[in-house]
Amino acid sequence: MDMAPKTLETSRSEILSTVDGQPLKKALARTERTKRFKAILLVAPLLTFITVTFLYPICLMLFRSVENPLVAENMPQTLEVLQKWDGKSLPSELAFAAAAKDLAAARKSKMIGRLATRLNFETSGLRSVITGTARKVKKMEAPFKEAMIQARSQWGDVATWSTIKRLGPTIIDVNYLAAVDRGYNVKGEIELRDEDRRIYVSLFGRTLLMSLIVTVASLFLGFPIAYLLASLPLKYSNLLMILVLLPFWTSLLVRTTSWIVLLQTQGVLNDVMVWLGLFEDEQRVQLIFNAQGTVIAMTQILLPFMVLPLYSVMKTIHPSYMRAAESLGAHRYTAYWRIYVPNTLPGIGAGSLLVFILAIGYYITPALVGGQDGQMISNLIAFHMQKSLNWGLAAALGGILLGGVVILYWLYNSLVGVERLKLG
Amino acid sequence: MKLLKTNKFAIASALAAVAFGVSSASGADQLTVVSWGGAYTKSQVEAYHKPYTKQFGTKILSENYSGGLAEIKAQVEAKSVKWDLVDLEMSDAIRGCDEGLLETVDISILPKGDNGVAAKDDFIDGAITDCAIANIVWSTIYAYDKSKFSGKKPQTMADFFDTKKFPGKRGMRKTPKANLEFALTADGVPARDVYKLLATKEGVNRAFKKLDTIKSSVIWWEAGAQPPQLLADGEVAMTTAYNGRIFNAIAVEKKPFEIVWDGQVFDMDLWAIPKGAKNKAEAMKFLAFSTDTKRLAGQAAWISYGPARKSSIPLIGKHAEAGIEMGPHMPTAANNFKNVVQNDFEFWADRQDELNERFNAWLAK
Repeated sequence: MDMAPKTLETSRSEILSTVDGQPLKKALARTERTKRFKAILLVAPLLTFITVTFLYPICLMLFRSVENPLVAENMPQTLEVLQKWDGKSLPSELAFAAAAKDLAAARKSKMIGRLATRLNFETSGLRSVITGTARKVKKMEAPFKEAMIQARSQWGDVATWSTIKRLGPTIIDVNYLAAVDRGYNVKGEIELRDEDRRIYVSLFGRTLLMSLIVTVASLFLGFPIAYLLASLPLKYSNLLMILVLLPFWTSLLVRTTSWIVLLQTQGVLNDVMVWLGLFEDEQRVQLIFNAQGTVIAMTQILLPFMVLPLYSVMKTIHPSYMRAAESLGAHRYTAYWRIYVPNTLPGIGAGSLLVFILAIGYYITPALVGGQDGQMISNLIAFHMQKSLNWGLAAALGGILLGGVVILYWLYNSLVGVERLKLG
Repeated sequence: MKLLKTNKFAIASALAAVAFGVSSASGADQLTVVSWGGAYTKSQVEAYHKPYTKQFGTKILSENYSGGLAEIKAQVEAKSVKWDLVDLEMSDAIRGCDEGLLETVDISILPKGDNGVAAKDDFIDGAITDCAIANIVWSTIYAYDKSKFSGKKPQTMADFFDTKKFPGKRGMRKTPKANLEFALTADGVPARDVYKLLATKEGVNRAFKKLDTIKSSVIWWEAGAQPPQLLADGEVAMTTAYNGRIFNAIAVEKKPFEIVWDGQVFDMDLWAIPKGAKNKAEAMKFLAFSTDTKRLAGQAAWISYGPARKSSIPLIGKHAEAGIEMGPHMPTAANNFKNVVQNDFEFWADRQDELNERFNAWLAK
C-alpha cells in the first residue's frame, strides 16, 4: 500500500524542465502549438480561397439540384387544398378557386413567368396554360372550375393537377429522376420516360466508354514515350521533353481547331489520301464531327497528363533492378515485364486516374468536334445551363458526375491505394 | 534607371485603368450593346452605333453572343448586369419578359414613322412586345453552292431532303427550331398547318421521321457565321442558314451561292434591356433612336434583313458596298414570300423543353 506515494515522488523528481524552470513537456507543447498555428496561418489564404471558389459553389450547385421554392411560394393556397386530394379524379371547386387566386397573385408579383417555366420543365405545354389563364383570371367568376377549363382545357386534366401537387415540396427529387431518364406518372409512380426522350443514361454510358478509350489509348501511346524519355541520356531526353510539353503549353482551343483542319473531309489528311490515290475524291472519309474525332483529339490533348507521371516514376526505377534480374538468369523481356513494368504501376495508376477524371468532364473538345455522336454528358450540362435554362437538371447531372468521380476515386483507393499514387 | 521607368509606366497605366474604370461606371457615356456577331453586327454598327455616337457622343461597346437567355439570367440573378441592350430572338424575348429578366419598354418613347403614322401602327404585327421592340425580320432558309450542281438545281424544301436527286452533305442548325418546320414542309404539309401538326405527337413523329432520312448526311452548326463557311469550304453541298449571312457571302464575298426561299421560316429579332441594366435610360434612348424609320431602312443597306417598320420599306435602297438593289433580297419581297412559315413563338416557348430533349435524344442515337 505504501508503494504508491513512493512512485509518485520518483516520477516527480524525474520531470525534466527547461533552464527557466518550466516543465519541458509544457514548453514543447507550446512551441508545437505556435508552429501549428503558424502553419494554419500560412495555409489560411489557400484554404479560404478553396472554400470560397470551390467548395461553396459545389455545395450551391448540389443544393440547386433539389431546391424547388417556386411552386410552394406562388401557389400556397392551391397546394393546401390539394393536400386532401385523392389524385384520381379532378379536384373540387375549392382547388380551382384557390388556383385562380394564386395565379392572380403570382401575376401581380410578376412571378408568373418563372412559375410557368418551372411547371413546363415537368409537363410540356403548361407554360402557356399558366400564363394564359393568369391573364384572364381577373375577370373570372365562380364557379371557377368551368371558367378555368374554358380558358384552358388542360385544367380539366388530372395530370395538370398532379404536376402542381408533385412540385409542391420545396425539396424534390424530380431533377435527379429526370437525370436518369425517369419521371413520375399521373398515379405518382416512378417510371421510365418515353423511349424517344431517353438520353441521359446512355449518354453517361457513352461518356464513361469514351473516357475509358481515351485513357487506354493515351496509356498505350504514352508508355513508350515516357520509357524513351526516362532511358535516354539527359541531353536528348530534355529535347524530347520539350516536344511533350510544347503542345501542353499550347491553348486547348488551338489544338482542337488544328485537329479540325487536319481531319475534316476537305482537310489535310483527306487531301493527302486523295492525292496519293488511296481513294477517289467522292469517297473522302468523315474523320471528325463524330465520336472518333472526339477520341482522337482528346487523346492527343490529354496525353501529357499520362506521360508526365509515368516519366517521373520511371526516372526513379534504378537500372540495377533490371541488371540484377538479368544476372539471376531472367530473359530481358521477362525482366522487363516482371520487374520494370510492375515498378511503373504507381505512375500508370496516377496517369490513368488523371486522364480518366479529366476526360469524363471534358467539354470544349467534344463541343467543337463531337458532331452528333461524339457529345458527352458535359455538353448536355452546358446545354441546360445556357439554352434551356433548366439549372436544376444541369445541377443534378453535375451532381451525378461528381458522385461518379468520387466513387471511382474510392474504388481506386480500395483496390490500389491512394498512397501508391505517384505524380513524381 | 530602366527599372524605374518600367515602374513609372506600370503605375501610369494602372492609374489610367482606374480612371477609365471609374468613368465607365459613373454614367451613360458608354453603352454595351450585345448582338450576334459577323455581318449582322456590322450592319448594326454601321446603321445604328456610328450615327448614335456621332450625334450624342456616347461610346458604344459592341459584344457578341450566340443567342439564348443564359447570360442575361446569370447577370440578373447575380445582380451585376453588364449588358445594356441585347438583340434577342422572339421566343427568348417573350420568355425573358415572362420571367422578369427584362425591363418593360414604354412604347411612347418610340418615334412616329417618317410618314407621321404612330409607332404602334407603323411597326408590323407582333413587332412591339411588352419588353422588346423588333428591329428586323429575318428568315431561316437553305442555300446551296451553284458550282456543286451542274444539272438541275434545288428549288423546293423537299429538294433539301432529297439526297438521291441532290447528293452531298447538308448543314443544319443544332436545334429542333425551324428544322421540324422544314421537315414537315418538305413532307408536303402546307405552311398554315405546320404548327397545328407539330402540336400533336404524330406530327412530331412525322417530322423526326423526315429528318431521319438525311440524318447521316447532316453536319450540325451552331453559330450564324458557320453555314456560309461550311458552304465555302465545300464541307456541305447545301445548308440551312440565316438569309442575311448568305446574302452577305454572295454580295460582298462573291461566293457562288443561291438562296432557296421555298418554306422559309420567318422570324423577328428584337432589342431588349436586361433587368437592372446600369445605363437603362441611355439604352432606352438608343432603342428609340435605332428603331426609327431612317435607321431601320439604313440597316437594310448593309444586310438583307427586312426592317420592322412599314414606313422604312420604301426607303430601302442599294447595298452600301456592293451596290446591289436590296429590295428583291428581302425575305418579305413578293417573289420570296410565297410559301412561308411564320415562327410561332408561343408554340416554341411552350414545347421547347420537351422538343429539345427529344431532339438531343434523337441526335445521340
